Amino acid sequence: MTAVLERPAPVRPTGPAGKARRLARRVAGPWTYAALIAVLAGSAFPVYWSFVVSSQTPDAIDSVPPVLVPGGHLFENIARVFDTTDFALAMMNSIIVSSTVTVSVVLFSTLAGFAFAKMKFRGRNVLLLLIIATQAIPTELGIIPLYMMMSEFGWAGEIHAVIVPGLVTAFGVFFMRQYFERAIPDELLEAGRMDGCHSLRLFWHVALPAARPAAAVLGLFTFMQAWNDFFWPLVVLVPENPTVQTALSTLASGYTTDYTLVLTAATIGTVPVLAVFLLFGRQIVGGIMSGAVKG
Amino acid sequence: MTLIDRRVVDRAARRHRWDTRFAPYGYVAPYFLIFGVFGLFPLLYTIWVSLQERNLLDENAAHLVWLDNYTLLLADPYFWNAMGNTMSLWLLTTVPQILFALGIAALLNRKVRTRTLFRMGVILPNITSVAAVTIIFAQLFGRDFGLVNWVLELFGAGQIDWQAGTATSHVAIAVMVVWRWTGYHALIFLASMQAISPSLYEAATLDGASGWQQFWRITVPLLRPQIIFTTIIATTGNMRLLAEPLLFNPGAAAATGGSDRQFQTAALYLYEQGFTKYDFGYSSAIAVVLAIATIIVAGLGYLVTKRIQTE
Repeated sequence: MTAVLERPAPVRPTGPAGKARRLARRVAGPWTYAALIAVLAGSAFPVYWSFVVSSQTPDAIDSVPPVLVPGGHLFENIARVFDTTDFALAMMNSIIVSSTVTVSVVLFSTLAGFAFAKMKFRGRNVLLLLIIATQAIPTELGIIPLYMMMSEFGWAGEIHAVIVPGLVTAFGVFFMRQYFERAIPDELLEAGRMDGCHSLRLFWHVALPAARPAAAVLGLFTFMQAWNDFFWPLVVLVPENPTVQTALSTLASGYTTDYTLVLTAATIGTVPVLAVFLLFGRQIVGGIMSGAVKG
Repeated sequence: MTLIDRRVVDRAARRHRWDTRFAPYGYVAPYFLIFGVFGLFPLLYTIWVSLQERNLLDENAAHLVWLDNYTLLLADPYFWNAMGNTMSLWLLTTVPQILFALGIAALLNRKVRTRTLFRMGVILPNITSVAAVTIIFAQLFGRDFGLVNWVLELFGAGQIDWQAGTATSHVAIAVMVVWRWTGYHALIFLASMQAISPSLYEAATLDGASGWQQFWRITVPLLRPQIIFTTIIATTGNMRLLAEPLLFNPGAAAATGGSDRQFQTAALYLYEQGFTKYDFGYSSAIAVVLAIATIIVAGLGYLVTKRIQTE
């Protein structure tokens, strides 16, 4: 998956056609680099600046000219966040929600994706079409009845109200199906069936190992999305039992004008996804470029 | 073949038949079960709730009023204000997103050293949390000590109260959204640009076409499917902006989107009616109208981007 779209080794043909070929995919000049570095700086700046404020004393945020280099008060501010708010609970809740959702989405998407790609059954195409169609519908528009259900179940305010609706995604099923279509030759499965292998064993011993790269990319995306999810947790949770995102919202909405505290919390809340991103950025880029992901 | 053998074979065959006929349903069942209950059902039930007068605070008094919520909604100035803001933000986010994404993709499509670094760099905004980033941007756009105003003052501009005005608040929110999504769309475009055959550019260069001409006459037309796709995806996202307007001016009155509702989006109005006033019937009606509006706007986006000419 990460190997998609690797460029061929550079060739240096000569003559007019050669000139054109070199121009076709032009070697980046200084202006290209300047522009790209500007884009890079713009991308990273808000996160960097939040980190800078988190490492300064509270008066730094009001100073003119603005402070743009990190100071030495990061741990002091972090301690303040955990002292003044129950941010530890928020982190714990976010970790539980995101990891449960990730494991579940990857498992069920792989299972369903395998069936859609490699097994024949009546209604398969209709069901697949339904999955594709639901991808385009913003399910948040059902938020009122979903909330009514959760209060009915007595789940409102509890984190399983956030977990359960996230356990499956249409995108995940479609994504895994696309991968299985390409990645596993039918002959391999046919051979297994001839040997009397039950399809669940085929899934476990043949399909699942082959699907590992795609499952990993799906897992990364699902984790980050679950971690950053805002609207539904905001609606269904209470401030006493928050995720990181709703805790941030509460903190920013309070009467505190201590923006250093708020931005330190924002920085802490960004660290887990940032860590995932720095470790697996290459896979994430590959996943998006293979046309895989939708927002 | 002995009797025992045949029985074994029969059983294996039966098991195989069962496996191929029914097992697939078992594999797709978890998805459809959970999605059906927690995704599809609420979506459809919204329509039913929108036909009722229904308040969470007095559930027993819920009763059917048919289209009353819609009649009220269409005469509600706050709703039209929110729809206007939604359309304005849609335009201010979707168009720059796509244009910038095309430009960045073109830059990344050149032979660049450390390309992984740049690609990761453009996607960084997309992985950060919308809540955290909105809080950060709200500070950057602060009136008195915000960094944006400080930079503008260096260039001789006066202090801008970004949250106070309709236009300025829309620009600030649009910056957050564009910042978040441009890189993502750029990578989608980049993937397609790399699939364009170099021979097309060779021929164009031999015909004396400049790089700029080649970009608009070859690259953009060939990216038409991706541009259509991106427009639709961006539209469905940008028509339901909620976190940005909510957290741009956090506080007790956050759900109104500014003191004069100058940046209250339709999704935020839905939230205000549903979860600060608990008027579920009315809120559901907003959801239904917003869904219809999104489909119409996405259709418009499709019609516009479809007109991109292929040479």
